[in-house]
Amino acid sequence: CRCRTRAAAVGTGRRPPPSVRALAASALPGKNEYDLLVIGGGSGGLACAKEAAQFGRKVAVLDYVEPSPQGTAWGLGGTCVNVGCIPKKLMHQAALLGSSLKDAQHYGWSISQPVHHTCVQNYVKSLNWGHRVQLQEKKVKYFNIKGSFSDPHTVRGLTKAGKETVITADNIVIATGGRPKYPVHVAGALEYGITSDDLFWLKESPGKTLIVGASYVSLECAGFLTGIGLDTTVMMRSIPLRGFDQQMASLVTEHMESYGTKFLKRCFPTKVEKLKSNRLQVTWKNADLGTEETDSFNTVMWAVGRAPDTKTLNLEAAGVKTNSETGKIIVDASEATSVPHIYAIGDITEGRPELTPTAIAAGKLLAQRLFSQSSELMDYDNVPTTVFTPLEYGCVGLSEEAAVQRHGSDNIEVYHAYYKPLEFTVAERDATQCYIKMVCLREREQRILGLHFIGPNAGEVIQGFALGIKCGATYPQMMKTVGIHPTCAEEVTKLHITKRSGLDATVTGC
Amino acid sequence: LIIAQDNDGASIQQVLAEMTNQRTVPNVFVNGTHIGGCDATYQAYQDGSLQKLLGDNQITEPYEYDLIIIGGGSGGLACSKEAAALGKKVMVLDYVVPTPLGTSWGLGGTCVNVGCIPKKLMHQAALLGQALQDSRKFGWQYEEQVKHNWEVMVEAVQNYIGSLNWGYRVSLREKSVTYLNSYGEFVEPHKIKATNRKGQVTYHTAETFVLATGERPRYLGIPGDKEFCITSDDLFSLPYCPGKTLVVGASYVALECAGFLAGLGLDVTVMVRSILLRGFDQEMAEKVGAYMETHGVKFIRKFVPVQQLEQGMPGRLKVTAKSTEGPEILEGEYNTVLIAIGRDACTRNIGLQTIGVKINEKNGKVPVNDEEQTNVPYVYAIGDILDGKLELTPVAIQAGRLLAQRLYGGSSKKCDYINVPTTVFTPLEYGSCGYPEEKAIEEYGKQNLEVYHTLFWPLEWTVPGRDNNTCYAKIICNKQDNNRVIGLHILGPNAGEVTQGFAAAIKCGLTKELLDETIGIHPTCAEVFTTMDITKASGQDITQKGC
Repeated sequence: CRCRTRAAAVGTGRRPPPSVRALAASALPGKNEYDLLVIGGGSGGLACAKEAAQFGRKVAVLDYVEPSPQGTAWGLGGTCVNVGCIPKKLMHQAALLGSSLKDAQHYGWSISQPVHHTCVQNYVKSLNWGHRVQLQEKKVKYFNIKGSFSDPHTVRGLTKAGKETVITADNIVIATGGRPKYPVHVAGALEYGITSDDLFWLKESPGKTLIVGASYVSLECAGFLTGIGLDTTVMMRSIPLRGFDQQMASLVTEHMESYGTKFLKRCFPTKVEKLKSNRLQVTWKNADLGTEETDSFNTVMWAVGRAPDTKTLNLEAAGVKTNSETGKIIVDASEATSVPHIYAIGDITEGRPELTPTAIAAGKLLAQRLFSQSSELMDYDNVPTTVFTPLEYGCVGLSEEAAVQRHGSDNIEVYHAYYKPLEFTVAERDATQCYIKMVCLREREQRILGLHFIGPNAGEVIQGFALGIKCGATYPQMMKTVGIHPTCAEEVTKLHITKRSGLDATVTGC
Repeated sequence: LIIAQDNDGASIQQVLAEMTNQRTVPNVFVNGTHIGGCDATYQAYQDGSLQKLLGDNQITEPYEYDLIIIGGGSGGLACSKEAAALGKKVMVLDYVVPTPLGTSWGLGGTCVNVGCIPKKLMHQAALLGQALQDSRKFGWQYEEQVKHNWEVMVEAVQNYIGSLNWGYRVSLREKSVTYLNSYGEFVEPHKIKATNRKGQVTYHTAETFVLATGERPRYLGIPGDKEFCITSDDLFSLPYCPGKTLVVGASYVALECAGFLAGLGLDVTVMVRSILLRGFDQEMAEKVGAYMETHGVKFIRKFVPVQQLEQGMPGRLKVTAKSTEGPEILEGEYNTVLIAIGRDACTRNIGLQTIGVKINEKNGKVPVNDEEQTNVPYVYAIGDILDGKLELTPVAIQAGRLLAQRLYGGSSKKCDYINVPTTVFTPLEYGSCGYPEEKAIEEYGKQNLEVYHTLFWPLEWTVPGRDNNTCYAKIICNKQDNNRVIGLHILGPNAGEVTQGFAAAIKCGLTKELLDETIGIHPTCAEVFTTMDITKASGQDITQKGC
């Protein structure tokens, strides 16, 4: 969001100058008060609003944070900056620095023992994310109210003071995002459990923690809590990181186990009770053994998925259709809902990746199409992403499973390698799970379908390759790229062992 | 048999075409081996292969080896293993002439022993020092006093290098490559003399030779330099902490060494005669230097040490330097003086003149054609000794491997020296691929280029609150060619990891439009390239405000 926010504020040279657009805008006054109303002030909504304001349009943003069941609330900016990517990555960094403290001693630094971690939350909280958001500068009208539709062009809401506000707009963008789900049939879940909405704002260390779920949110949080020295357990019912390449997902969890995170696999919770000691006693069933087990924790966090925030919007009044199963809003390639002048972007849309940069890009492009005669559609293919688990996992394109499903296993070639980051050698760190996999078509040109990388700085590594894949990179082109020595990323340019060959994929020497 | 008159002429021509891909005549064969047409025959005559096929060879006895490689560094070893894998009989000669201070090392060449590997590890040690400082801001608590122990680091680094040296020997044995720890020197065509450490001499012959002797650090040529100063050849195994250090030179070796020494807490001064990082983008180079300066490295600009380096008090050196601009004289005392003013190719003492291999007399480098062949057809050269090519490990490896595949594997793939990415591991890393800005302007003209740039602040640095508006990214696009990216530069943490993928993308024809269309990975430093909107020409402010 940081970069995107700023980029949105400056515009590009390709568009007509704002003054020209502004003139055009005022020449066509609609009967509605605003040209654009954005409901939801997260990454996508703000990007869209600011881009539209850039074209001289009259824009309003509605943002309201419903406090979590535990009472946590935050300001403008949405999930990413308040309870998502940003605090998550900072806590991940805190945990990585814990590893650095250990590594440092192998590299000649003497540190007096013992090293321990204090509550990092305070540091994150002390950062004021708010002033990254420069709505004022862009002349976007901001309302801190919870809005709901009363007709397709009208949204009403109450201010904190109880005053009713009615806003009408020609175009409306729904960008209200998602919030963590609570399990429905677990007694005490809502009362005693927290979610990622609360974790980053806790005033005290969560202590011994149970995280229920196997999503990336679950694994990332479990990873950094383990990293700062807390007793952390992940309970998962089925597979980790659904939707991601499953070989990579198991390597990620395997590494977390060796890192100290405990896993309760094939288990699901049945109740949470508060003990006299204030600890939480969790009872769960083990699906494999058919047994019931219990343990007590200081904190129980649910990371069982996220649900779209549509209930209070009164979408029926506007006629906007949702998927009855997921509750998400159905959109077409231009982000339009079933009502042509109402659009939806970000995590609330059906079938789109739940990622900050996609929401931002979709929001900006939408504003450009609405107000700047652009016809460029958002390209949701080959979106790279990274899971910031202790050993990071970055990927772009198809998983091996998806490639097999789409092209058949006879028509794909998978190149792979187990490598050891140079930095791990002196630090005597285990590199068993440092692994790269490139999924290519098998026909002569060998176009790359997917790239998967587990190792340090996976996010930094995968970004550039994502560009390459976007350019239609083939295996021979990748091999023609000279490596940067010594880096982990260079291993990608040296992949030569195919899975089909069954040969040992361990990289030896330089 | 006259094809034009014979009834079967057309079908003979057809068969010949199928066999040789050549319809025209003459179509020359020698003892069943196809040569080609008239031009090909002349060429075969000129490069000597025709005479060999005709049995017109002066050396009647067979060569002892198919291939002898002089130099067991990254390139030489890669070439030898590839050739052996293709079934050839291969020998590698490797011999490290000790430094004036007596430092020597094992098999593997510069990269592994006195280059990339120990450099990156010591850079990592320095980065960990920064991490220790940052960690407090992230909530880690430990006693204030943190000290660095040089000996512990050097031992750990050398242990790792030792394991690599051993690994190379094992892998040569596995691939049945003969390894000789001897100094190689040509004594007559196709024949070398090998001298080992004890002075014992053997002679070996081969059909083909590859020169891969690399380079060694240059000395100043002033009194006391070899006696009292060290180079990067000595630094990485130095048994004691170098203390207050003067680094002479502004090459990437100089800046990298100065950077990690300062990062380990030493008092470091860099003496620069003219510009930093010659050959690299100068805007980036200046920023690299500026960051080092704000992090405690002192720079003395426009001075050259011209006078004697004297041994003063025990373990202290006195350096006298003269300004390049005036009569000003500067004196300083240091514990260690590290010379990093450049490297010289090891080509002048291996008997090249005996067999007629030409070198560039100015720099000692070996000119080769695009197939790494020298002017003497059976002698090839790869790696740092090539004239006008890049001095990088992965380039040498690629060149060596492809050369072996062309020589023995029927391949025609040539080493691609264009758009090779590289990274300078200074405290703030600098990664680049493609043209430096000044070179791009020279080549394409300023009016045909658009440069996009931005400063950025890595998220990880916000909590410790350090160094805002120092990290910088820049891309150079060719407006005449669909805004194709012809240069990409980044100054920031993990620049090497970031640059690699973009280098692959540049290979695939990266354009600004594609960068704009690509979704960033949030929050990373690399995503900065997907959101670049400010052109340098616009003169707009690129500083980051707030936070």
